[in-house]
Amino acid sequence: MKDDLSPVKIEFVNFGVSYRSEKAGSPPLSALENVALKVYDKRILSVIGPSRSGKTSLLRSINRLNDLHASFEHSGEIFIDGAPVYGGADTDVTELRRKAGMVFARPVVLPLSIYENIAYGPRLMGRSSKSELDATVETALKDAYLWEEVKDRLGSPAAALSGGQRQRLCIARVLGMRSGIIMLDEPTSALDPVSTAKIEETLTALKNKYCVILVTNNVKQAARVGDETAFFLMGKLIEYGDTAKIFTTPRDERTENYITGRFG
Amino acid sequence: MNARTEEKIAVNVLRFSAFLAIMILLFIIVYVSYKGMGSLTPSFIFENPRDMGREGGIFSAIVSTLYLAVLSTLIATPLGVGTAIYLTEYTGESAVTKIVRFGSDCLAGVPSIIFGLFGFVLFVIYLKLGWCLLSGALTMTFMVLPTIIRTSEEAIKAVPYELREASYSLGATRWQTVTKIVLPEAVPGIITGVILGVGRSISETAAVIFTAGSALATPGSVLESGRTLAVHFYIIAREGISMEKAFATALVLIIFILTINVITYALMNRYISKKKA
Ligand SMILES: Nc1ncnc2c1ncn2[C@@H]1O[C@H](COP(=O)(O)OP(=O)(O)OP(=O)(O)O)[C@@H](O)[C@H]1O
Ligand SMILES: [Mg+2]
Repeated sequence: MKDDLSPVKIEFVNFGVSYRSEKAGSPPLSALENVALKVYDKRILSVIGPSRSGKTSLLRSINRLNDLHASFEHSGEIFIDGAPVYGGADTDVTELRRKAGMVFARPVVLPLSIYENIAYGPRLMGRSSKSELDATVETALKDAYLWEEVKDRLGSPAAALSGGQRQRLCIARVLGMRSGIIMLDEPTSALDPVSTAKIEETLTALKNKYCVILVTNNVKQAARVGDETAFFLMGKLIEYGDTAKIFTTPRDERTENYITGRFG
Repeated sequence: MNARTEEKIAVNVLRFSAFLAIMILLFIIVYVSYKGMGSLTPSFIFENPRDMGREGGIFSAIVSTLYLAVLSTLIATPLGVGTAIYLTEYTGESAVTKIVRFGSDCLAGVPSIIFGLFGFVLFVIYLKLGWCLLSGALTMTFMVLPTIIRTSEEAIKAVPYELREASYSLGATRWQTVTKIVLPEAVPGIITGVILGVGRSISETAAVIFTAGSALATPGSVLESGRTLAVHFYIIAREGISMEKAFATALVLIIFILTINVITYALMNRYISKKKA
């Protein structure tokens, strides 16, 4: 397990998520209940669980992307570096989203050039000097293992890249923002095995610098990449701990059933 | 009748209707060119009409047309696109959006002569602007607004939601997301609506006569009355002043509209291919 020196980056306290039903009268749908979880800095947390267990809701609660859904409601609190995500009336949501960068399941690039995709976030922050952006773009692309493939065509539209390259561009985009936290929601579910391997390699290289949360429906990937693993089922955190332990000697029978493929 | 004959008949009926549409356009162009070509000389373009349009050219009418079209487009586009942005990005589907949309659709169905009457009462009389190109342009703004709102709304809605999420997740505000990501993607669709509007204000007669009047002189400013090409054509054709000049005017009008369409489509294609690589 983590050495006691790695600091807690994100802490969920009694956190819950529900979505109000469209139909009047019917009860809200509970997506997460009473989640208590600590995520450590400079480590990778794998989050696994069957479909609709609340994994995406968990990630989207951290950067408050869920606020975009009118039906979203939360209970409890999340702390990032000790500061409440929801509680503080003066929480700057855009600032929060910069701190916790997100990579989606589908590799969605902005309809801009490769360069501008990465420069987008920094520009919004006011970091817009040419030399600084050039350096940011280059570093981000190198860290995402994409530099060699695109360095000669930074000005061409990102839409022309392959799916795997686009997803690495999405990672580079987050790196360019210098977010301390990188959240990935099934980042390889739409990719071929070679691209998947490249992304996993990227993530492993990143963990020394960032706090990474990887949601994945691929149990083997969770085992390969994660330092810690959390298993969710129907909105509840069933088991959490050292990845090696979870995969060799799970405490809960449901965890064992899931990782051995007996359901999910 | 078996499925194959049915298919054959369907294809031919469909082909015929598509063919018909292009034939009508071609017929109009050929007929108007044939009738109007003879009078279409450089002096017809660059001289002002004399003797009620029996002699001279249509320079003042071209100027009035440009004033009216440009002015109404300049006013209607930001209003229409702004409304569309508000309806799609800033309010969820609610009673308010439904009412605004329904109202705007009803507006689209109001006959132009009613707009003319309304513009006359509001701008010409009540606001004391008198018959002038500004009154006409403001009236045309109301007329083309529903089209611009509707087409802009569809264009904005067609931008994938995921792009907005990606933008928000990078710390963009709603306004930044709209201006930097959504609108640039929606531009081709929005332009289509704007061009429809331009075409409408160029070819409108009834509402324009009521509000901009039909003065023959070259307007010095938008606060003066002016006679657009469509109005000029209508008047000299209806009153039998000169059929040759009327057709030559119609030809200029058609060339105008075709040119605008060709240029915007060319620009749009360049814009799209530049973004797509
Ligand atoms: N925007 C929303 N509105 C209403 N209900 C939602 C919304 N998002 C998620 N839910 C519901 O919340 C529950 C948890 O969904 P969530 O997407 O968090 O699960 P997940 O573990 O990510 O699933 P998957 O593996 O399929 O991506 C589901 O029952 C889902 O239907
Ligand atoms: Mg999910």
